Amino acid sequence: MNATTQTIATQSDASTTLTGAEVLMKVLVDQGVEVVFGYPGGAVLPIYDALFQQDRIRHILVRHEQAAVHAAEAYARSTGRVGVVLVTSGPGATNAVTGLLDALMDSVPVVCLTGQVPVALIGNDAFQEADTTGITRPATKYNYLVKRPEELSRVVNEAFEIARSGRPGPVVVDLPKNITVGPAPYAPPSRTPRASYQPRIEPDRKAVARAVAAMKSAKRPLFYVGGGVINAGKDACADLTRFIHTTGFPCTATLMGLGAFPGSDKQFLGMLGMHGTYEANLATHDCDVLIALGSRFDDRVTGRVDAFSPNSFKIHADIDPSQINKIIRVDVPIVGDAGRIIAMMIEEWDAQTAKTDAKALETWWSRIKAWKALDCLRFTQDQSADAVIKPQQAIKRLYELAVETGRETFVSTEVGQHQMWAAQFFKFESPNHWLTSGGLGTMGYGLPAAVGAQVAHPDALVIDVSGEASALMNIQELGTIAQYRLPVKIFLINNHYMGMVRQWQELLHGSRYSESYSDALPDFVKLAESFHAKGFRATKMSELDDTIRAALAYDGAAVIDICVAEGENCFPMIPSGAAHNEMILGPEQEQQGAEITDEGKMLV
Amino acid sequence: MKHFSDLSIPTAAFSPDGLSAGGDIITRAVISVLVDNESGVLARVVGLFSGRGYNIESLTVAPVEGGGTRSRINIVTSGTPEIIEQIRAQLDRQVPVCRVANLTTLGPHIAREMVLVKVVSTGEARTEALRIAEAFRARAVDTTASSFVFELTGASDKLDSFIELMRPIGLAEVSRTGVAALTRGCRTL
Ligand SMILES: Cc1ncc(C[n+]2csc(CCOP(=O)(O)OP(=O)(O)O)c2C)c(N)n1
Repeated sequence: MNATTQTIATQSDASTTLTGAEVLMKVLVDQGVEVVFGYPGGAVLPIYDALFQQDRIRHILVRHEQAAVHAAEAYARSTGRVGVVLVTSGPGATNAVTGLLDALMDSVPVVCLTGQVPVALIGNDAFQEADTTGITRPATKYNYLVKRPEELSRVVNEAFEIARSGRPGPVVVDLPKNITVGPAPYAPPSRTPRASYQPRIEPDRKAVARAVAAMKSAKRPLFYVGGGVINAGKDACADLTRFIHTTGFPCTATLMGLGAFPGSDKQFLGMLGMHGTYEANLATHDCDVLIALGSRFDDRVTGRVDAFSPNSFKIHADIDPSQINKIIRVDVPIVGDAGRIIAMMIEEWDAQTAKTDAKALETWWSRIKAWKALDCLRFTQDQSADAVIKPQQAIKRLYELAVETGRETFVSTEVGQHQMWAAQFFKFESPNHWLTSGGLGTMGYGLPAAVGAQVAHPDALVIDVSGEASALMNIQELGTIAQYRLPVKIFLINNHYMGMVRQWQELLHGSRYSESYSDALPDFVKLAESFHAKGFRATKMSELDDTIRAALAYDGAAVIDICVAEGENCFPMIPSGAAHNEMILGPEQEQQGAEITDEGKMLV
Repeated sequence: MKHFSDLSIPTAAFSPDGLSAGGDIITRAVISVLVDNESGVLARVVGLFSGRGYNIESLTVAPVEGGGTRSRINIVTSGTPEIIEQIRAQLDRQVPVCRVANLTTLGPHIAREMVLVKVVSTGEARTEALRIAEAFRARAVDTTASSFVFELTGASDKLDSFIELMRPIGLAEVSRTGVAALTRGCRTL
């Protein structure tokens, strides 16, 4: 750190004429920033002025600071770069908090620049003052309050480094107005690493060798892939795909891991967990070697912890050592970058001239195929023209018709049943195309996320799969979509209910649908029109395909209101607090599964 | 990587509280954390404990390097071995944390605490207070006709017994520092 400070000191003589805001612009350019999502205010006016006077960085004006963070998250996740946010002090910063925590939970690299009152006023309850570092501390990977101009360059550069390296996450830099207004020395990015922050990238070879040895002798192996592999990059995903093909093992993925391994691959069992597939969950329960890569054993995945994959030898690779043995005790922990770990596994596999137990594997696959034959996602759609549309049908057709367009497609979602159906019915063939709020489960994520993805990929098809309740949480972003002419498609599964809440009330609270029915919904077609978008609506089967086709073909933003059967539930499902082999299947299958215990109710 | 971060779960070193509800052994642990001296570091460390429901029995913090670039935080905590390992791992991944060590499992270590104890009493009890203080090698750092303030340094349980013995004699006020701790021998953090 001392070295960095010195660099700044020597630089400062040469360039004291820049203001802090101008220095900030230079540092952002150094960091390769092309887009900033933000919302102005008094405390950041100098920064907005500096933005105005340059042409390297584009600013996207959102309509709510929470949306700025979600847009930056999706920008980051769909490009593999750091997302950047700029908001004002006080209410601007507090509005950003939900987005920051969302990014923290899902390990998304975001740098959030917040305005602050001048240093001399901090602590005086000045106008629009908030203890931003205090408020955002538990919602960030790290945060800074820049108190001296000499720190500015170093801190902002370090913020990017921390956001993108190790387990990625959000970093806040709080910028008092006197720092951005006054002169500040510029310093180029320094390669001096911070002694205290050195994430472990390189895995321990001995641990990897032990893992490979266990995989060789496995009779019922299973890969369980999480978002960490996607964070490790496209190459890591490609290596993983090759390796899984080499082994012939089955593979399941978490909600955040979808796309790390091709969704249509024969070896892919679908998602596991609460609304995962029957075959993925039973395979998890019955496997004898579980290879968990970049996944953190979230409670939505494990179900009842003491019954999670009870008889398996567990290998767990994660870049964050605090994830190891946090929830599930494992036999081989491997700390490091998932990409490096997979590459080293491949090396070890070759070095040990590993061969799988082909006979055992065949038996294992025949059991998996039997589970698969149950067709756990099956639903019955009345095909007559006047029939009510089932939500599953709507999403399934959206997927199929999106594939038919042949366009690169990004899908964001809100939170609820529609999110789970999207996870079940879409197949993601490559990473970074599935954008959903997993860890925090933030309603209102999808619409601004679609903004971020579309800004990053102007020519791609970007769809927000939404529920009518979630959509209203950040509906103001239709304004952003209009302003920048983003051709985002908002696909509303309109069931009038907060469907996921209704499903739980049906299961746990005697179908007393307390406050989960949305009365007085807007007319979404007119709403779209008032925001200069096009509105579409389908109310019966005969309209479904044509509506989707027309909306996808429409050259501009669209809100597609699909009025669906109101009472449909999302299956299969592991009731909370139950084990993977205690799934509830849909009405199409013979009912089976566990009673929900009191303890389980707590886990909802 | 930060050192002392072996992932093996230690067995209980000692368990003053016996068993937790789940039947897991509760151990007490002294954790030392070396951090960059930046504003908000202590808040981050303390926030980690409150946010995740971990227990803090005592906490000390002060700069330990010339120039004040590094501080050492000593935390006495208790929990199951799994929880203590989680605490260690969670601390370890904080950006400004340079080193974390669970001294309790690292090997023999010295843990010392200081206490100031005010005893208000007259007559016979005063002589008794002085006698106990002498036995514990506590120093009277303030004396009036009706009170003493004793200073005592040592292991925390020694301080506990001193305080207990003073209670019936006229214990009026106690101020403890929390633990400072180092490993024995030449090993450093
Ligand atoms: C900000 C926020 N508030 C509340 C919740 C709790 N919640 C989870 S799903 C859900 C209902 C979502 O309804 P809708 O968007 O209509 O989707 P559906 O389940 O009907 O598909 C609610 C209220 C949440 N996840 N996020």
